[in-house]
Amino acid sequence: MSEEIVSELMRAHIYRLASTGQRVDGRGLDQPRKVSVDRAFVKTAEGSARVKLGNTDVLVGIKMSVGEPYPDTPNTGVLSTSVELIPMASPTFEAGPPRPDAIELARVVDRGIRESKMVNMERLCITPKEKVWILFIDIHVLDYDGNLFDACSYAAVAALASTVAPAKSQGLGDDFPLPVEHWPVSVTTAKIKELLLVDPSLDEERMADARLTVTTDENGDIRAMQKGLSGSFTYEEVKRIIETAQRVGRDIRPLLQSS
Amino acid sequence: MEDIEHIEKEMKLIGSDGRRLDGRSFDELRPIRIEAGVLRRADGSAFIEWGGNKVLAAVYGPREAHPRHLQDPARALVQCRYNMAPFSVSDRKRPGPDRRSVEISKVISEAFSSVVFKEQFPRTSVDIFIEVLQADAGTRCAGLTAASVALADAGVPMRDLVASCASGKIDGVVCLDLNKDEDNFGDADCPMAIVPRTGDVVLLQMDGHLTYDEFQKAMGLSIDAARRIYEMQRDALRRRYSVTLEDILKESPPTAPVAEERPVTSEEDFGPEGI
Repeated sequence: MSEEIVSELMRAHIYRLASTGQRVDGRGLDQPRKVSVDRAFVKTAEGSARVKLGNTDVLVGIKMSVGEPYPDTPNTGVLSTSVELIPMASPTFEAGPPRPDAIELARVVDRGIRESKMVNMERLCITPKEKVWILFIDIHVLDYDGNLFDACSYAAVAALASTVAPAKSQGLGDDFPLPVEHWPVSVTTAKIKELLLVDPSLDEERMADARLTVTTDENGDIRAMQKGLSGSFTYEEVKRIIETAQRVGRDIRPLLQSS
Repeated sequence: MEDIEHIEKEMKLIGSDGRRLDGRSFDELRPIRIEAGVLRRADGSAFIEWGGNKVLAAVYGPREAHPRHLQDPARALVQCRYNMAPFSVSDRKRPGPDRRSVEISKVISEAFSSVVFKEQFPRTSVDIFIEVLQADAGTRCAGLTAASVALADAGVPMRDLVASCASGKIDGVVCLDLNKDEDNFGDADCPMAIVPRTGDVVLLQMDGHLTYDEFQKAMGLSIDAARRIYEMQRDALRRRYSVTLEDILKESPPTAPVAEERPVTSEEDFGPEGI
């Protein structure tokens, strides 16, 4: 994801601004970009949402079908998350099987949703050991301008919240909205030298030394974390990042909830 | 299965008043809306809503052709990738290219190869990406129409835009621009694309059953529609690029000295102290 080069001039500029608490796009260091959510964008999907985080543009479609549960969880539905980094979204993305960065991205988004128990998967069991609902979260990145972790996660959460299970067409009673019980919000912070920047833009992300994604629920509890890149954080930094994630999460959650 | 056959036999696609199920007459297009320049990273882009279709197109290039052995020392390659999102159809489509997508990508690449001035950009490739986000029959025409606008938005030199539309036959009647139900239960579908300025046909496919007369009627409908679509494409580009006096005044009010466009390294972008 970071094959493009940021010029020395831009690096110096970003760092100098950040060391005075400012950013190129006018934000404060702990301020995310504007989030906009467009629901029911795709009518062929059971649920969908198109989310813009600044200029990063992500579309998520939810499809549901009926299938067999995993043998070790015979009473719960199946959740499957995949990300396509389509070559439309960036000059650095290529067609083909998902590369490690896309796989990590899908797994981190999946983890936030799964571990927060956002959707009560037990209620998606139809006949134990035999028939359960399978929930496909397909994430289509349309325009990559930094911080896919959060943009994809917001779009997935908003799409799930607007999903109606097509029970009638499967002969399983009336259609029903997904049993949504929790609201995970992921907040990613990038570290540039000693500075911490919430929701990194493309250039900030490309020059970052380390990255930490923290997913919190509506109680402020941590549900998932993922550290990335080759740099490191001090424990103090980690605590600061979590506190920021809780606060930013509180601001963003209502945007994903309202329908 | 019996049910489906039953529906197929009973399904009337054209009512007694000559109108189709969605209320259109035989020569009527679905509503079309085109927007140019919708993506940040791509060199050019366009979004099209065409009835129930939602399709994004993006263009990168001319840029270095990869893999290298594909490079042509005399001209640019025009490469298209048509792809359907897994959620764009009622039964989830497995991600990645299938045989249908590969074929569509090929015919669209070929359609554009004849209008792009390839000789101006040796060894490069012009990459066109078409993503079908929501499908309702006619996605290749919608994608091609949008990709044309995206190529213009990217500033790729072309002889003309390419405009595309399909016609087909339902209940024995030749009709313009079939929707999904009409395509599924109809008798024939014939997508085509033309260069409106010259009338050259750059894409033509057909499946189903048409007599020669019916084919000519279908082409007549499609050509006429493609000319209307051409105007919509030009409109989209005008909306994106036309500058009104109001815009100019907003950019530089008459009291302020006329500001010239400055390079990225201006004071404004790097703060008052400079670098």
